[in-house]
Amino acid sequence: MSALLSILQLAVRSAWSRRGTLGLMLASIMLSTALLLAIERVRVDTRQSFRQSVAGVDLVVGARTGGTQLMLHAVFHSGSGTLPLRWDSYQAIATHPATDWALPLSLGDSHRNHAVLGTSADYFRHFRHGDRQPLRFREGRPFDKLFEAVLGSEVAEQLGYANGQKIVLSHGLADGGALATGHDDKPFVVVGILAPTGTPVDRTIHVSLESITALHLDWVAGTPMSGFSIPAAMVGKFDLTPKEISAVLVGLKQRTDVFRMQRFVNEFRGEALIAVLPGVALDELWQAIGIMERTLLGISALVVLIGLCGLAATLLAGLNERRRELAILRALGAGPAQIFALLMIEGLLVTTAGAVLGAVLVSLAGAFAAPWLLSAFGIVLNAGLPSGNEFVLLAGVVGTGLLASLIPGWRAWRMSLADGLTPRA
Amino acid sequence: MMASPALRIADMSFAWPTQAAPCLDIAAFELARGERVFLYGPSGSGKSTLLALLGGVTLPQHGSIEVLGHELSRLSASARDALRADHVGFLFQQFNLLPWLPAIDNVLLPCAFSARRREQANSAGSPRAEAERLLARLDLDPSLWHQSAARLSVGQQQRVAAARALIGRPEIVIADEPTSALDAERQQAFVDLLLQESAAAGAALVFVSHDHRLAGHFDRSVALDTISRGATGMPEKSA
Repeated sequence: MSALLSILQLAVRSAWSRRGTLGLMLASIMLSTALLLAIERVRVDTRQSFRQSVAGVDLVVGARTGGTQLMLHAVFHSGSGTLPLRWDSYQAIATHPATDWALPLSLGDSHRNHAVLGTSADYFRHFRHGDRQPLRFREGRPFDKLFEAVLGSEVAEQLGYANGQKIVLSHGLADGGALATGHDDKPFVVVGILAPTGTPVDRTIHVSLESITALHLDWVAGTPMSGFSIPAAMVGKFDLTPKEISAVLVGLKQRTDVFRMQRFVNEFRGEALIAVLPGVALDELWQAIGIMERTLLGISALVVLIGLCGLAATLLAGLNERRRELAILRALGAGPAQIFALLMIEGLLVTTAGAVLGAVLVSLAGAFAAPWLLSAFGIVLNAGLPSGNEFVLLAGVVGTGLLASLIPGWRAWRMSLADGLTPRA
Repeated sequence: MMASPALRIADMSFAWPTQAAPCLDIAAFELARGERVFLYGPSGSGKSTLLALLGGVTLPQHGSIEVLGHELSRLSASARDALRADHVGFLFQQFNLLPWLPAIDNVLLPCAFSARRREQANSAGSPRAEAERLLARLDLDPSLWHQSAARLSVGQQQRVAAARALIGRPEIVIADEPTSALDAERQQAFVDLLLQESAAAGAALVFVSHDHRLAGHFDRSVALDTISRGATGMPEKSA
C-alpha cells in the first residue's frame, strides 16, 4: 500500500461521500459526451453509408444539372428530381464500347413514402453495395413481368409485406394519403424481397421500366387523362419502351476509361447530359455540408466544456466544506502536492467515468434505440464500440476535464498552505 | 539521535505576513523524550501558530525549531511533511476525523502516509490489529469500530482521534484542546487515558489547553505566555 494508492482510495471514498452532487456532475458530463460522440458517429456513418450506396458505379449520368443534385436523386431518391433524359441517349451510352453495363433508372412514383424505382432486371445482377457486395434475395426472385415488384428489406419489414402482397403505387414521391392521385387501377404484386444492405435500396420498391411506362400510358403531364383509361389487361398491346428516364448508372469494363466516358457523355450531341463520378460528387456534397457539421461538432464540444466548467465549479464550491478534511490530511503528513493530487484524482475520476458512461450510452442507443431514431428522426445511428476519431474525442474530454480540475487542485494547494493545521471550521 | 530531545525551540520568533509584531517569540523551550507537558495557552496566546510551527507546516522567521534533532528550517517542505507523518501524532479540538470514513479506517490513516508508522503498527500482527488494540484500550465498543465517524458521539470521536494519534508509536503526540467538547467529568478521564497511553507508547506529549484544572497529572506545566514574549494580547490568526 503505497502513499499514492491510498491517496487514490481516499479520493474515491471522499468522492463517494459526496456522491449526490458529483453524481449530477457525472450525469451532465455523460450526456454531453454522448451528444458529442453521437454527432461524430452520425457524421461518419452518414458518409460511410453514402459511399457504400454507390460501391460499383463508375459514373452517374443524367440530364445536365448539378452533380450533387443528380447523385442525390439517382442514388438516394431524394430531392424533387431532375430533368429526364431521352431513351435514345441511354441507348447510346449503354452500347458505348467502354460500357460494361448501364442501368436505366426511372423515379417519380412512390408507395407509402417509399420511392419506387423503375429499372431493368439487370439491376439485381450489377448493383453493388458496401464492400462491392451484390444484392441478395431474402425471398422470391427478380421481377420479370409487368406489375411485379421487388421490395427492399426495410419496406417489407416496416409495412409487413410478404411475397404475394398486392400494392398500389401513387404518383409523386410524397405520399398524399387518400388524396394522392393513385395508380389504383393497376396494382402490383410482390414477387421478391431483398436482404438488408444498409443503403437506400432497403427503402426502395423496384419494378420494371415497362411497368412504369404502363402506369402512365393514360397520363398526360402528371395527371390522368379525363374520361380515358387503359385497363391493366390491355397495356400489353402497347409499346412499353420508355421515352425518357431519370438517370443512368454506368459500370465500365475498365476503370481507366472513366474520364473518356465522362467526356463522351458531357459532349453528347443529342441533348445536354452530365456524367459525374460518385466519389467526386460526394466530396462536393461533404464540402457543402461540412460547415454545418463542424458547427454541430463545435456546439457539442461547447456543451462538454460547459459540463466540465460545472465540474470545476462544483469542486471549488465544495472546497470550503472540505477545508477541515484537507487540514486533517495535512496533519497526518500529507503534503500540498498530495492534497493537489486528491482534487485532481477526483476531477479525473468524475470526468473519466462520465466520458466512459457517455460512450456506453451512445453504444446502447445505437444498439437499442437505432430503429426508433431512424423512424422518428431519420437519424442513422449504428451500434458498435467507439473507434478512431471517437477515441480522440474521448481523450479530449478527459484531457479537458484534467485541465478543469487544475483550478480546484491549485486552490486546494494554496488553501492547505495558508490554513496550517487548524482552519476555522 | 537518542540524545536529542523530542522538541527544542531556541530564539524563535514568528509573525504572520500581515502582522507587524511577532505573535510568537520563544527564547527557549525543550521537551524531553517521553516527557508529558501541560502547555497552558489561553486564546490569543498563539496556540494555533505554535502547532503549525511544530508541525513544520509554517517556518519561523528567526531562530530554530528542532524535532527529534532535525532543524525544521533546514528541511525541504516535503521532508518536513514526512517528518510530521513519521514522528508526530496530532489530536485536535473538534472535527478531528474524516466523517465519511469508518472509525477504524480513521485510526489507520497515519499508516497510509508513513511507512515507518505502518511498520511499527505491524508489531501487533497488522496495522489493523494494532488499531483494534488501541480502540479497545481507549474503551471504544467494538460495535462502533466500523461505524462511519460521523455517527459517533463527540466523546467517542475524541477517543478514535487519540487512537489515531498514537498508532505506529510516534515519538511526539501534540494535543490541542482535545477535551474542550467534553463535559467536565469526562475531561479528566480522557486526559488520564491519554497520559496513560502516551506513556505506554513511549511518546512525549504536549497537551495544549486553556483549562488549568487539567494540569494536575502531567510531568510539567508551562504557560505559553510566560515562554513567549510576543504573545501578550496578540490576536490569534484568523482564517
